[in-house]
Amino acid sequence: MPLIEARNITIRIPTEDGVVHAARDLSFTVEAGSLFGIAGESGSGKSVLIQAIMGLLPQAEIEGECLFQGQDLLAMTQQELRALRGRHIGMVFQDPLSSLHPYYSIGRQITEVIHTHESVSKDEARRRAADMLEKVGIEDAVARLNDFPHQFSGGMRQRVMIAMALVLQPPLIFADEPTTALDVTVQAQIMDLLKRMSDELGVTIVMITHDLGLLSSVADRVMILYAGHRLEFGPAASVFGTPAHPYTQGLLLSSPGISGPDEALVSIPGRPPSLLATPRGCIFAPRCGQVQEICKTPPPIRRYADGAEALCHFEPEARGPNDDVAIAHTAPAPGTAPLVSIRNLHMTYRIATGFGRKRDLDVIKGIDLDVIRGETLGLVGESGCGKSTLARIVAGLTPATGGQVNFDGTEVSDLTGREWRDLRKRVQIVFQDPYGSLNPRRRVGSIIGAPLKIHGLAQGAALKDEVRRLMGLVGLNPEHYNRFPNEFSGGQRQRIGIARALALKPDLMIFDEPVSALDVSIQAQILNLIKELQAELNLTSLFISHDLTVVRHMCDRIAVMNMGRIIELEEADAIFANPREEYTRTLLAASHVPPRPVEPDHRQLIASEPQQGAM
Amino acid sequence: MIVFIAKRLTFGLFVLITLSLFVFFLFFVAPGDPARVVAGDKAPEAQLQQVRENLGLDRPMPEQYLRFVTRAAQGDLGFSYRNRQPVTDLIVRRIPVTVSLVFGGVLFWLSLGVPIGIISARNPGTWKDRLGQVFILLGLSFPTFVLGMLALYTLYFLPRTAGFTLFPPGGYAPLLDNPLKWAWHLALPWATLALVVAAIYARLTRGQLLQVLGEDYIRTARAKGLTERRVVYRHGMRATLTPLVTQLGADIAVLLGGVIVIEQVYGLQGVGALAVQAVQNQDRPIIIGVVMLGGLFIVTTNLIVDLLYAALDPRVR
Amino acid sequence: MGQFQSRNEEMTNEIEEDDGTEDRGPVVVQRSSAALTFRRLARDPASVIAFLFIVALFAFAIGAPLVETWTGHGVITQYRETALSPVGLPVGPNSEFLLGGDQLGRDVLVRIAYGARVSLLVGVMASLIAATIGVTVGMLAGYFGGWVDFVLGRFMDLVMSVPFLLAALALVSVFGPSLPLSVSVIVFFSWTTIGRVIRAETTSLSRREFVQASRSLGAGHGYILLRDILPNLALTIIIYTTMLIPNAIVFEATLSYLGMGIVPPTPSWGGMLAEAGANSIYLVAWWLVLFPGLALLAATLAFNILGDGLRDALDPSARGRAVFRKKKKSEEG
Repeated sequence: MPLIEARNITIRIPTEDGVVHAARDLSFTVEAGSLFGIAGESGSGKSVLIQAIMGLLPQAEIEGECLFQGQDLLAMTQQELRALRGRHIGMVFQDPLSSLHPYYSIGRQITEVIHTHESVSKDEARRRAADMLEKVGIEDAVARLNDFPHQFSGGMRQRVMIAMALVLQPPLIFADEPTTALDVTVQAQIMDLLKRMSDELGVTIVMITHDLGLLSSVADRVMILYAGHRLEFGPAASVFGTPAHPYTQGLLLSSPGISGPDEALVSIPGRPPSLLATPRGCIFAPRCGQVQEICKTPPPIRRYADGAEALCHFEPEARGPNDDVAIAHTAPAPGTAPLVSIRNLHMTYRIATGFGRKRDLDVIKGIDLDVIRGETLGLVGESGCGKSTLARIVAGLTPATGGQVNFDGTEVSDLTGREWRDLRKRVQIVFQDPYGSLNPRRRVGSIIGAPLKIHGLAQGAALKDEVRRLMGLVGLNPEHYNRFPNEFSGGQRQRIGIARALALKPDLMIFDEPVSALDVSIQAQILNLIKELQAELNLTSLFISHDLTVVRHMCDRIAVMNMGRIIELEEADAIFANPREEYTRTLLAASHVPPRPVEPDHRQLIASEPQQGAM
Repeated sequence: MIVFIAKRLTFGLFVLITLSLFVFFLFFVAPGDPARVVAGDKAPEAQLQQVRENLGLDRPMPEQYLRFVTRAAQGDLGFSYRNRQPVTDLIVRRIPVTVSLVFGGVLFWLSLGVPIGIISARNPGTWKDRLGQVFILLGLSFPTFVLGMLALYTLYFLPRTAGFTLFPPGGYAPLLDNPLKWAWHLALPWATLALVVAAIYARLTRGQLLQVLGEDYIRTARAKGLTERRVVYRHGMRATLTPLVTQLGADIAVLLGGVIVIEQVYGLQGVGALAVQAVQNQDRPIIIGVVMLGGLFIVTTNLIVDLLYAALDPRVR
Repeated sequence: MGQFQSRNEEMTNEIEEDDGTEDRGPVVVQRSSAALTFRRLARDPASVIAFLFIVALFAFAIGAPLVETWTGHGVITQYRETALSPVGLPVGPNSEFLLGGDQLGRDVLVRIAYGARVSLLVGVMASLIAATIGVTVGMLAGYFGGWVDFVLGRFMDLVMSVPFLLAALALVSVFGPSLPLSVSVIVFFSWTTIGRVIRAETTSLSRREFVQASRSLGAGHGYILLRDILPNLALTIIIYTTMLIPNAIVFEATLSYLGMGIVPPTPSWGGMLAEAGANSIYLVAWWLVLFPGLALLAATLAFNILGDGLRDALDPSARGRAVFRKKKKSEEG
């Protein structure tokens, strides 16, 4: 008997703007002892689904049934659910810092679960908490019981969360993006831990994630959600190997690791629909490359012999790499003079540690680096390695505390106010957060035109024309000149940011994690745009990312940073083929790329039945 | 931790010195001759001169200030211009009244404001919340003295015209003589003070608790299977405590203002009433003394609040 | 050129989809947050009533001379024959003196009308000045940080550590009561509330990437403060200024009540209440407390309701959760 049997779950959440249809007619089963993956982009309703099932979203209207060990969770009272939560079903959330109570010691937070569900002595509860902490890999567990969450690192905090979820050894754990807030190497450790716990304790894990690469490496069965619809469901091998839905196929192909460096990425055009809308036909039709007339009617569920089920009228067509767009980007010839030359760079912050004590924090510890004219140099490393600080120093936004940065013959550190302003025309940054980097109170035209205005380069009609040209260049509709940023999607906002940075025709563009806040299908659109602009405008770029696959796709050379130092600097292919440093190898091993989907040889369709309760 | 306390102490001292400079020079540059106030309107010039010498008013300003500060540090605030009594004595005599008022007021308003805020935050949008909101808005809008006059009219005057005494018209009865009488006399002043200030706390508690209840760690607490009561009181209120304590520190000045007005309305002869009378009488040493005492009170409470804050938040510890 | 073509194709795809009216509707929140705020506000009847009341109050204050003409009673004229009883006590509300007469035989209604002028003038003026100072100081401290923040922050702490009513008493005892002094005192002790809020918001805004982006484009500090940060503070400033007004009105009334605000015989609500309180005359002439007290309460209440409504409209999270908890309730009970 499966541990979870969910049938026709539909979730509606009334909000001020209308009813959000967070899930429509979702059915799935989870076998005991397996790892079940729920994948989807932001807004697909994956987190809402789990929280609603667990009764943590009482404002949600939920229909259908969800049998857990034979009992229907959706028919339970809050009291009955409460008895299950923590004892029979544990939960792990995305951000371990905000998910742990800042004012209670972790010992108290863990023993609280025990005391809530069992009557045991204080000492016994503490002993069990310490045991569990030890199991999840926290050293000196007994002493650390008295520590507070802020005294742990991100990965350790997530271990604490996992210990808290496992301490009563529940048969089931819901893990909602358990590794998303963590660095890749830590991600790998946490995934290993979850897997190990699953094996040792026989826990079933339902994992929600947006990361298909990660999921492909661990899951037994997966469900692909899109705007609250279950587009595909089946064994991991078949979903990732031979996707039965065009959306799954598109998602897998948009991963930058799949395409070669000289290919454009396959992107899914458009953006996900609003959950407020009630579509008549296939939900994915507006973005689907295979769309036909019939897609305006509700698609059937097609069941295949290999266990896959897809909500589509068709089988996906075989699609190779995006061969119609081959980008001719040639790396600069060796010996070209560097545009930027960094020598023995140091950066030390003085930070307050509370109660007036100060401590020095070395962020950059002696870096030598050349950015050669015309190349794209990748800077890769985990959070806190100093890569963003380095970018800000190169851009002249933060003065370094030691060493030289030479930009095309001038020293960046000792510029007069006037020279500094002139440097602004030569270096520009595209920022990470497409929501935070645009002033919400200014119109797009004003945002993109700001640099031209500040430097007195254009006024009136000329300014407007130039802004429209830039908007066209990055693929925005110039008619949207007068709109505010909140009327654009994340991908479009990132285009606005790129247009703004291009306005001054800089010699050097710094891309600071330009796609890390975007969903994978949108990410591919932006990466393609950047590549094309680079080739067309002959840009020199410094491309910063934590994601090795993205950097490999985008860059000629890659510098690997760790703890304020550049530990390895090589041609992109060389680093992947033959990493010299141990740390680089760890990074490589930790980053998961989904397999390139292949066309199934003989795939047998067993049934094609209309969806229940189809609209 | 020691550095932290030292820093706060230094700042407190800085506040007090600035305050003393402010009041002292305020009166130094002020028009009017203090000697005339002391000696009386018809006093001859020679007598005025004598008074000036006695009070040290003929000395240079910095010297006067230094003398004032050194004496004040020893608890000597000079003599009243009016009745020649030591200012310290005058103030000390009135402190029991004011302390009684503050003590009861704080107790009342915390036990009124915080629960109303919690009830409101636990049931947002319901009639309970509406009622709480009405209480908050009324409390914030009611000028203290209007509320006091209203209370006196309805709870003292109307019953009295009807033939019985529900509450006294005002005044103070010493605690040690008769605790019941003490409380009976102070009941209306306490309630008035509490109603006005409780609104601030109800609003703060409501806002903070609502925000905290939306935090991720509250979701974690629910996911652990805790009862809703435990989620709200153990996890929610624990995180709400810190901003409440901080607010307490910021409100001490408001509290002192309220005390002055309430003493006026209910005819309580406390320190605030002393200050008002001193202003009317141009009795400067008393005004200076009371302002300095108020400053000392605020600085001390703020220090306590800072320490409490550090004790409550493990991240600051 | 071929590649460029294909990109445009792909993009037009996105744009068309974007413009497709079918998919739009409630999809994207089209309104700017200011428009949204006022739309929410308009849906809150209490706020609308409060706003209308404030408008009426301003009309009442401006039209005070009309009230004078209409009743035929001068504002400081004493009607000893008609407004005082033979034993010298004030008469209650009647057809000639709609809200009664006071202890000197003056018309309470006319005095309330003129008192509204003082209250609104002091309330609005003091709040505007205090807001201007608070916003300036808060923005400078929050944006520049470092020693600027240290100095300005300590200064704000200092002002907040002063027992303000006592200090106001000391000032009045030296300079004598007057309207400008009242306004100055209120301003000096109320700009810190808004200053602190603005400082905190500016600090967080300064860390936003769009400010860094502006810096990297070469914008100067003035440009960033005025073009990037100030527009984002607009709603906060409106809300907190609205909330300063009732406090300033109460502050002024309190000063007048303690005999340290507006000098009689100029009417002010606080002064009228003080006169009613003197010798406890209000115990026999309730209208002397009720009407000015009611006027005072209604005015502060209206501004507070409006301020609250504005704040809720700006941050509807408190209301949004209403539904959520309502349901929770049913299982608790």
